[in-house]
Amino acid sequence: MPEGSTKDGIGASLRRKEDKKFLTGAGRYTDDINRPGQLHVHFIRSVHAHANITAIRTDAAAAADGVVAIFTGEDVAADGIGGPICGWVVTNRDGSPTNEPPHPILANGTVRYVGDHVVAVIAETLEQAMNAAELVEIDYEVLAPVVDLANAASSTQIHENVPGNMYFDFELGDESATAAALESAATIVELEVRNNRLIPNAMEPRAALAEYDTGEDSYTLFTTSQNPHLTRLVIGAFMLSIPESKLRVVAPDVGGGFGSKIYVYPEEAVCTWASKKLERPIKWTADRSEAFLSDAHGRDHINKVRMGLDADNRIIGLRVDTLANIGAYLGAFSVVTPTILHAPLLSGCYKIPAIYTNVKGMATTTARVDAYRGAGRPEATYLLERVMDTAARQVGMDPAEFRRLNFIPKDAFPYQTPVALQYDIGDYEPPLDKALEMIDYKGFEARRAEAASRGKYRGIGLSSYIEACGIAPSAVAGALGARVGLYESATVRVDPTGTVNVFTGAHSHGQGHDTTFAQIVADKLGIDAGSVEIVHGDSDKVPFGMGTYGSRSLAVGGAAIVKAVDKVIEKSKIIAAHLMEAADADVVFADGKFTVAGTDNEKGFGEIALAAYVPHNYPHDRLEPGLEETAFYDPLNFTYPSGTHVAEVEIDPSTGVVELVDWACCDDFGNLINPMIVEGQVHGGIAQGVGQALLENAHYDETGQLITASYMDYCMPRADDLPSFKVDYTVTACTHNDLGVKGCGEAGAIASPPALINAVIDALSPLGVTDMSMPASPEKVWRAINDARAEAAE
Amino acid sequence: MTMVNLTLNGKQVSADVPDNTLLVSFIRETMSLTGTHVGCDTSQCGACVVHVDGESLKSCTMLAAAAEGASVTTIEGIANGDGLHPMQQAFHENHGLQCGFCTPGMVMAAIELVKDNPNPSEAEIREGLEGNICRCTGYHNIVKSVQAGAKMMGV
Repeated sequence: MPEGSTKDGIGASLRRKEDKKFLTGAGRYTDDINRPGQLHVHFIRSVHAHANITAIRTDAAAAADGVVAIFTGEDVAADGIGGPICGWVVTNRDGSPTNEPPHPILANGTVRYVGDHVVAVIAETLEQAMNAAELVEIDYEVLAPVVDLANAASSTQIHENVPGNMYFDFELGDESATAAALESAATIVELEVRNNRLIPNAMEPRAALAEYDTGEDSYTLFTTSQNPHLTRLVIGAFMLSIPESKLRVVAPDVGGGFGSKIYVYPEEAVCTWASKKLERPIKWTADRSEAFLSDAHGRDHINKVRMGLDADNRIIGLRVDTLANIGAYLGAFSVVTPTILHAPLLSGCYKIPAIYTNVKGMATTTARVDAYRGAGRPEATYLLERVMDTAARQVGMDPAEFRRLNFIPKDAFPYQTPVALQYDIGDYEPPLDKALEMIDYKGFEARRAEAASRGKYRGIGLSSYIEACGIAPSAVAGALGARVGLYESATVRVDPTGTVNVFTGAHSHGQGHDTTFAQIVADKLGIDAGSVEIVHGDSDKVPFGMGTYGSRSLAVGGAAIVKAVDKVIEKSKIIAAHLMEAADADVVFADGKFTVAGTDNEKGFGEIALAAYVPHNYPHDRLEPGLEETAFYDPLNFTYPSGTHVAEVEIDPSTGVVELVDWACCDDFGNLINPMIVEGQVHGGIAQGVGQALLENAHYDETGQLITASYMDYCMPRADDLPSFKVDYTVTACTHNDLGVKGCGEAGAIASPPALINAVIDALSPLGVTDMSMPASPEKVWRAINDARAEAAE
Repeated sequence: MTMVNLTLNGKQVSADVPDNTLLVSFIRETMSLTGTHVGCDTSQCGACVVHVDGESLKSCTMLAAAAEGASVTTIEGIANGDGLHPMQQAFHENHGLQCGFCTPGMVMAAIELVKDNPNPSEAEIREGLEGNICRCTGYHNIVKSVQAGAKMMGV
């Protein structure tokens, strides 16, 4: 690990600055905040997947104890309130635009999923609001639900302007070249996979508290958001027509996001809107059942894959046809996730001359589906790494060697894929080799035999992945349909005493920015990380920001901080040159000191800071007083983390339980700022991937009821479901940001599901099992074993 | 309404609350100690774990009235002054927390676990924390934290 210029600088596993408040109960999450006179809102949600609302009777509820107001979709429509917008749309194959249906914040005549918001009941206490809600009568005319993704196109149309229930029909790559390649292939490998639907389940449920200041005609919204500035933009400009200067959005401590807290939800807008109508603060906190029903879900693809190999087992063509379940409404990133964040990843770590993919985004009467940890990239990696193993088995090659044969060689970078991306740098064999060594791949067959002697099936599986992090640049994204910029901002304010405040548009909800960002600044300025305070999450304090998602905080937000720090150093050098009566060019800054080359003249960083604010002896002809700089950073390209994960499992044929017995991974995230925090991100990502592969599944029944809507029914990974993980790194530094960093937040969740399912299939391969869908639940595995045994007996 | 009298983090407190007030609501809303969290509605997640008369308990499963006369300790009450409890210190040293939301319940459950089993194995820690869900850490560093905390508490 590279040593930083200070003991707690870049490369140090500095313990986190933010820990103490969380460990002592002093964290301040949205639900911990209360405002004098606040009211509580309870949402009555649709109990039907698809229905017309024929009547809503609220008289009895309005007269109940403590009730202050009851709002319905008619009130929303009367006030001209808009819905949450889609932040990124795509152009269809035929040149037409994405079909964007309206998304009223309280249903206007029709409900489209169980959990859809119908009535807001506002009362003095939450209990009064909930009791009054029992008195509201809603008449529904039930319509046919649309639950089956495979048949969504031929089902009842959900939205007037979404014919065939298809929001979009996207393509990427060269269809005819791919068809020709597949035509000429010596081996064709076919696979259909289902990427199971997941519910993000950040441990802190969503919450909102809005307050209207009548004197200032301004609003403050505390909310559980990964990107408060985007929330301000969407609620202000698109939903409630509030000037952004009159809307302060604060995302205080946020208890995990994983994508689900990127989006603006109707509840936040209702609280904000009602706070002015009632001139009282309005508070709402989801219970877990509401979170299951109405948080944006993740994944839910059907992918049909055809891969062609030449006679030497090199991949020559890949075609993927995808149906993506988007749910009842479009969310902020629900179009970009299965398209722009998915299709360009289909080349993976491999040299594939021809790729074509078609993605159809389908409307169903289920909760909306949007970006969830990895967002599009896990789906691409899953199908690719599953078909890689299927291909290796089909041609009789070791899966590791088949991957190695097809890796993009390290001298081929920058590498242009046939699906739009240009990988700046990478080297895929070292992480593969290291991961195989860490898990003792060579010794596996002995372990398999030993397990067999105990009546267990043991398997090993790997996945080599590539990720694209820090979505960028804005100009390219805009050309591809993005409606926002993808830069980040940072302001570095040096105090007269030399301590530093950093205002970042990135948001930390578990990632440890207070520490990692402080390390960067400390390293650059040669000061202690303890002298650097990171400020984030408040639109009144931070000039602008795009928030945290897509593993962008360090690669984009951190790079913006470096740019701002560099400006501070440049200004400081001029001050130092003035104080030391030297030419600017002769001043050198290192280890927190400005020196004049060839002399023993030096000024500490603190002295320069003081001079900037007490400018008695100061270059007034050249500089303004003060030491505060702002920078915006718009990246030149995505960053491309990569690596290999290896899972080892043991299966008990009498129960079908898959025990995860070992895990080794080697990732290339570029340079590491705080290895301890990076490792924690990897652990958490793997756990979520293991959850997808073995435990978690969001299941709607045929009527559109969410069957898995509590922790009694939706199987979250718990401590005893997981092993400890072996984690290591290789480093190829990103070529286009100043830190050489790539991002690490999603890698574990991207790499792990295929590694695990490949291991399960490998374990059962002696029985002739060649496929397994996620989650590989005990029932499914038990049936696969018994079906295979029955077939063998025949 | 019911008058509830109990000892909270060593201090005698009383309040007149609706009969159906849960202990977690009494702690969070009546007493404004917001370190104890609510992460679910089925007593599954463990974010609300506190100690009642020295035993760890999901405070969403108990009525405040049922804690009449009890001694209740929350995450705010385990440290000695400005210092951290050894288990809190161990979580800090071993990066046993990320977003912090499950952390208070996790620490309270861990202290109880170690009290009953001062030298737990990895498997015993994993089984012992089965009632506390963390979505961030993958539990790897929580297990390390509890092992380290057990050693520090034993000193």
